[in-house]
Amino acid sequence: MTLHAAIFYLLATVILTATSLAITRRQPVHAVLYLIVAFLGAAALFFLLGAPLLAAFVLIVYAGAIMVLFLFVIMLFKRSPGELGLLSEWGPATLLGVVFLAVAVAMILKDPGSQIVLRGAVAQPRDFGRFLFERYWLAIEIVSLLLLVALVAVIQVSRRRGAGGDETETSPPLPKVGERGFLSKEGHP
Amino acid sequence: MIVPFGHIFLLAGLIFSMGLVCLVAHRNLIMTLVGVEVMMNGAAIAFVAAALRWQLMEGQVFMLFILAVAAAEVSVGLALVVSAYQRTGSIDPDHYDILKW
Repeated sequence: MTLHAAIFYLLATVILTATSLAITRRQPVHAVLYLIVAFLGAAALFFLLGAPLLAAFVLIVYAGAIMVLFLFVIMLFKRSPGELGLLSEWGPATLLGVVFLAVAVAMILKDPGSQIVLRGAVAQPRDFGRFLFERYWLAIEIVSLLLLVALVAVIQVSRRRGAGGDETETSPPLPKVGERGFLSKEGHP
Repeated sequence: MIVPFGHIFLLAGLIFSMGLVCLVAHRNLIMTLVGVEVMMNGAAIAFVAAALRWQLMEGQVFMLFILAVAAAEVSVGLALVVSAYQRTGSIDPDHYDILKW
């Protein structure tokens, strides 16, 4: 077992432990914190698999941005929503996952190509960027459009709630305001 | 690098099935989104491992797209969860029964 293999199995243990701890927590804050550990392990795994730029992206976007977004949203809730338990059908759900895993393991073990030992290769960030923008520039533009659509959707969802709440709250007292205006108009002369 | 290709795929499958269980079994909507994140992480590991096995860079390109889709999905999903919480005061999907009569 070489050093790279030892690092891989160590990283796999860390990722699996952190993920299994994350999916069994009742408190979402604890789950998100364990998930950050899992994403750090995944970033190190990407570095080991020869994708240093993707490792940096996972650190920045996943562990940095998305998890912080999760934490802020959890803090938006008034009381901690941690008392919510599992669904009553969590047994069949787990069985579904186990069946899926068994089928996947059987397929992987049956495939003779899975015994191929990987050789190390590194995609330098410079080469990766050139490849990306020479061949997949249209897909990059479409992804940027997707992000723009997501931004517009988030703004619309959060704005419609505030505007709708204001309308429903101010529309019942509207006659009172009109009455008061009418009364004051009558009282002035 | 002396790791067989199947071992990395086994790791990706384990992570994906963990995310699947978390997605289906939890009652908390935030934990549901966490499950989706875990599943995308497993898929990304599989893509990068395939890129190394066939020595093609397309797998890493697809991992980049997975990253962008995950970011968009999480932002929209969390906005919807917050919106639903402020309308109903709960993030339990069992409490969303306005349309039930």
